[in-house]
Amino acid sequence: MLKTNNLTKSFGGLTAVNNVNIEIQKGSITAVIGPNGAGKTTFFNMITGVYTPTSGEILLGEESLVGLKPHAVSKKGIARTFQNIRLFSSMTALENVMVGMHQHLKYGVFSTIFHLPSYKKAEKAAMKEAYKWLEYVGLSDVYNEESSSLSYGAQRRLEIARALASKPSILLLDEPAAGMNPKETKELTDLIYQMRDDLNLTIVLIEHDMKLVMEISEYLFVLDHGEKIAEGKPLEIRNNQKVIEAYLGKSAVTTA
Amino acid sequence: MNNLFAQVKQSNKLQAIFLTSYIVVTVLGLFLLQESVTAFLLILFSLFLLYKTNFPVKLKWSLGILILTIVMPFAASQGSAFESYMGVATLVGIYVAMALGLNVVVGLAGLLDLGFVAFFAIGSYTYAIFSTNQVTNFLKLDILPFTGNSFWAFIIIGGIIAAIAGVLLGIPVLRVKGDYLAIVTLGFGEIIRIVFNNLDKPVNITGGAQGISSIPSPTIFGYVISDSSQFYYVVLVVLAVVILGVTRLQDSKLGRSWQAVRENEIAAQASGIHLVRTKLIAFAIGASFSGMMGVVFSAKQMFIDPTNFTLLESITILVMVILGGMGSVPGVILGASLVTILNLQVLTEVTNYLNQLTLDGVLNIPSALSPSKMQRMIFGLILILVAIFRPQGLLPAKNKKVPKEDVVDQTVVDENQRSVSV
Repeated sequence: MLKTNNLTKSFGGLTAVNNVNIEIQKGSITAVIGPNGAGKTTFFNMITGVYTPTSGEILLGEESLVGLKPHAVSKKGIARTFQNIRLFSSMTALENVMVGMHQHLKYGVFSTIFHLPSYKKAEKAAMKEAYKWLEYVGLSDVYNEESSSLSYGAQRRLEIARALASKPSILLLDEPAAGMNPKETKELTDLIYQMRDDLNLTIVLIEHDMKLVMEISEYLFVLDHGEKIAEGKPLEIRNNQKVIEAYLGKSAVTTA
Repeated sequence: MNNLFAQVKQSNKLQAIFLTSYIVVTVLGLFLLQESVTAFLLILFSLFLLYKTNFPVKLKWSLGILILTIVMPFAASQGSAFESYMGVATLVGIYVAMALGLNVVVGLAGLLDLGFVAFFAIGSYTYAIFSTNQVTNFLKLDILPFTGNSFWAFIIIGGIIAAIAGVLLGIPVLRVKGDYLAIVTLGFGEIIRIVFNNLDKPVNITGGAQGISSIPSPTIFGYVISDSSQFYYVVLVVLAVVILGVTRLQDSKLGRSWQAVRENEIAAQASGIHLVRTKLIAFAIGASFSGMMGVVFSAKQMFIDPTNFTLLESITILVMVILGGMGSVPGVILGASLVTILNLQVLTEVTNYLNQLTLDGVLNIPSALSPSKMQRMIFGLILILVAIFRPQGLLPAKNKKVPKEDVVDQTVVDENQRSVSV
């Protein structure tokens, strides 16, 4: 469904992502892992249009995403969350989700100013729908709260709700469990399964929590120093020499 | 005493009694003591009290309009100071509209614009050039120059031209962010002023430093509008349109996308918001409010020159927005009123008083120290004090709380209840 061919991004002399080829199956939960600085987030940023690749292709189905601006990528049905939470902090939880619905709200400036029925109907429906997304991620109690006042775990879930509100077909999660306690991580795992099954989503996640990754993902890609060093099912990756090397160093492999 | 306050806070009836007696007293005060600026200001303050009551929104609006259109002008109309009061009120209205325009750009979309007065200048010059003989210097048509009848159309044309200027400025300028944007817009504001200052040669378009004089007064059905008390109503109408537009836009997907862009550009884009378009619309709408009021301003003053549009004006408008509360419509209205009244009434009154003292030989204050020359220092002080004590402004922007029944889908709840009962 989502495919990259020889995707490369250099920042000056530094090649952050080098000739990466991946293919993500529709309806799968796929993880992209690797040590810090391996180029995972850069990879996400290229898919979502934040960075333009230096070379290579990104294909969604048959369509190329290279050169599209982030908002255009969002319209193609790719939504994401961020490693360092990026909420609209002075807006309420409900408003945050309503921003996520932006592209599906069709009414003009004229009907806004004169409060025509098309505006009223769309806004009312939008509020209800936004509330449903908050219910879905378990935040319906705090819908009127300013998003910056929410707890860390709640902020992560709010980001997911906002992403879901744009009705994506692919959801990219950048370290969704970072900073969560074991209980929150468990809830997140359930939520990810639930989203995939209820909403027919294809989910791609970057994650450092190996327990979560090994449990949840059906397929993994491992990046190190910008290059893909391995791919496969969790069990294969667990025993892959190169992966152990990348995480623990060469000596760890030889002494083992 | 505290007990009384608590009671007034809760009871609509007590609030109504208090507000009515306040208005009656201040109106009587101004009615009897026509020279008392204090009484005039106290009447205006009743609008703030009205805002603070718990009355339903529609009632607040109707009462506010009643006070502004009938009560206040009537109370002030009995003496010689009538026109000067209405002149102040008119300028307050003009500045409130401009501050609301800047609030869209700075407060909602988070784009610091230090050259906002440029759009005011563009609106002013549009009407001034095309309604005076100035236009015949470069364009010879039978219908030119336009008469005072065209003023009404020019309010809209001035708004549109300023909006176009906003977009033209925005396209190159929005590549830079934050501090850099502030510097570039500051430059733009100065460029516009200097262009108007020098565009008297080779073809005399703007009248250069001499400015443009004898700008025609608006006419409607053969009736000439020339007094401040008449312009006051023109300003009120334009202001009402601006307030209606700005509050409704703020509460729509466009308003939300402005705020989203202000809070986090990358997340806003990832949510499907077109960054450049959203910013350009903010620039255009902010500029158009300013341009409309520019037209009114030039018709009212009947004479404009580039010194009306200096950097200090841009800063003044920004101070209004910051003092009132960025992103908050009631706050910005309050901020703009306070700063304008401070500028026009308080400072001049204090200056007159000090001059009087000097004349009487009580004190000797050099004219260099007269308060009306200390605007910059006073604005600086206001900014510092606001930054320390009320960083969110006098009336900070509040998030709209949505009642539960508006978000819970009733139909679904009903179905659930049915399934439970079955």
